[in-house]
Amino acid sequence: MSDEPIVQFQGVTKSFGDLVVLDSFDLDVAPNEHISVIGPSGSGKSTLLRVLMTIERIDSGTIKVDGDYLWHMEREGRLVPANEAHLRKVRGKVGMVFQQFNLFPHMSALRNVTEAPIHVLGMAKEEATERAVELLNMVGLSDKMESFPAQLSGGQQQRVAIARALAMRPKVMMFDEVTSALDPELVGEVLGVMRTLATEHALTMIIVTHQMGFAREISDRICFIEGGRIVEQGPPDRIFSAPESERTRAFLKAVLEV
Amino acid sequence: MREDVSLLVFARELLLAAPVTIEITLGAAVLAFAMSILFGLARLSRIWLVRALARIYVEFFRGSSALVQLFWLFYVLPHFGILLEPITVGIVGLGLNAGAYGAEIVRGAVIAVDRGQYEAATALNFSRSRTMIRIILPQALVAMMPPFGNLFIELLKGTALVSLITITDITFRAAQLNVFTLQSMEIFSVAINVYLVLALAIIFFMRSMERRLGRGLGRVGGVS
Ligand SMILES: Nc1ncnc2c1ncn2[C@@H]1O[C@H](COP(=O)(O)OP(=O)(O)OP(=O)(O)O)[C@@H](O)[C@H]1O
Ligand SMILES: [Mg+2]
Repeated sequence: MSDEPIVQFQGVTKSFGDLVVLDSFDLDVAPNEHISVIGPSGSGKSTLLRVLMTIERIDSGTIKVDGDYLWHMEREGRLVPANEAHLRKVRGKVGMVFQQFNLFPHMSALRNVTEAPIHVLGMAKEEATERAVELLNMVGLSDKMESFPAQLSGGQQQRVAIARALAMRPKVMMFDEVTSALDPELVGEVLGVMRTLATEHALTMIIVTHQMGFAREISDRICFIEGGRIVEQGPPDRIFSAPESERTRAFLKAVLEV
Repeated sequence: MREDVSLLVFARELLLAAPVTIEITLGAAVLAFAMSILFGLARLSRIWLVRALARIYVEFFRGSSALVQLFWLFYVLPHFGILLEPITVGIVGLGLNAGAYGAEIVRGAVIAVDRGQYEAATALNFSRSRTMIRIILPQALVAMMPPFGNLFIELLKGTALVSLITITDITFRAAQLNVFTLQSMEIFSVAINVYLVLALAIIFFMRSMERRLGRGLGRVGGVS
């Protein structure tokens, strides 16, 4: 059972008009694996995460999460498009943190974290609050529970966003360039939280990042994608020190020289 | 020559008519707000028919004169056996009319909420209705307050139309006094000021609503 992938993309294609962004994309992610997805701008990294979060639909292919089809359901042995109830059931296993934080600006940090457990999972308010306090402690924000997003720094907001996503107890967490909108001095505190998650918690992580050092440090596997396909993947040491593909080499050369 | 009636007497007379204007304004504003939310959201429905019906409501009431709409309710409805109090006609007519404009305000404010908010709501597995009620509308409401302030002031001014369906509002009373005393300048100057005070009350109320609803949105204490 533990060999069964927790996330499985099979021949997933996604286009925006004429632009093919995911091109018959295949990817298996093992439970508790930490994958970093790297690649040039426009290569489809965000789209990859967004179709798995069901923010963006797919055109063809299938995605499975923890054994269930995400965008489909099985009816009389056939695959039919998923209905809202099915989507909500499977989507609950996945969580996501965004580049722009996307905190709810009209709620305190604490309420940002308790809102979905209470109103989506139906958790009792006391229990949700207790968990939220724990999570906000974990991300180092015990003194900011009552602050509103506008009163927090970018790094603090992003840590609230991580706590908010974790409060839903996802099996798979996705991070889409979560430090790209931050001032350089705030990047470390967010990476620190992600490092803790990677090392001290059982969690599957799919990370899109431009922080090559960080990707190398916490990933079990690096996927280099370009043109909506995986060009090369493997353990970080091999990808970074001895990439096989000419395109991977060119990309790494360009980003590491900056 | 007849002795001039003092400004204070006009002011008193017009203020006595003000409750009617206020009642119609408030009644129509409440109705307009409810219609705005209902039809503004209907304009964004996923269901084609719901969108179409909302569109028809909006275009119908925006596309014809409010006065003719009032006359229709006042003179034509009785032919169908529906006889409404003039005040009710005023409230319903003006409320439905303003609601058509308000629906566009609601639609615009909802659309203007950052896409990232919908995406975060999806990522947290909120249903569509919960997303709207708990996340989108609370933010959109703040943005709606200034345009709704304008709409309600338009509504207040528009209540003068009810003087043409036998209601003794401020305008009707002013016209009456003018016929009796012929002191147009004094009477209508006072009338303008009474409307102005009511408009200021609306502005003040909407500002405080905006501030209340916007608490935490990073606008508190900022320039308003
Ligand atoms: N909603 C959309 N409508 C049209 N085109 C889109 C949309 N979303 C993404 N695209 C296009 O799809 C391509 C892939 O976008 P995506 O955001 O997945 O790239 P990315 O790898 O995340 O890039 P970056 O590193 O710049 O974030 C880009 O060319 C982008 O312009
Ligand atoms: Mg991206």
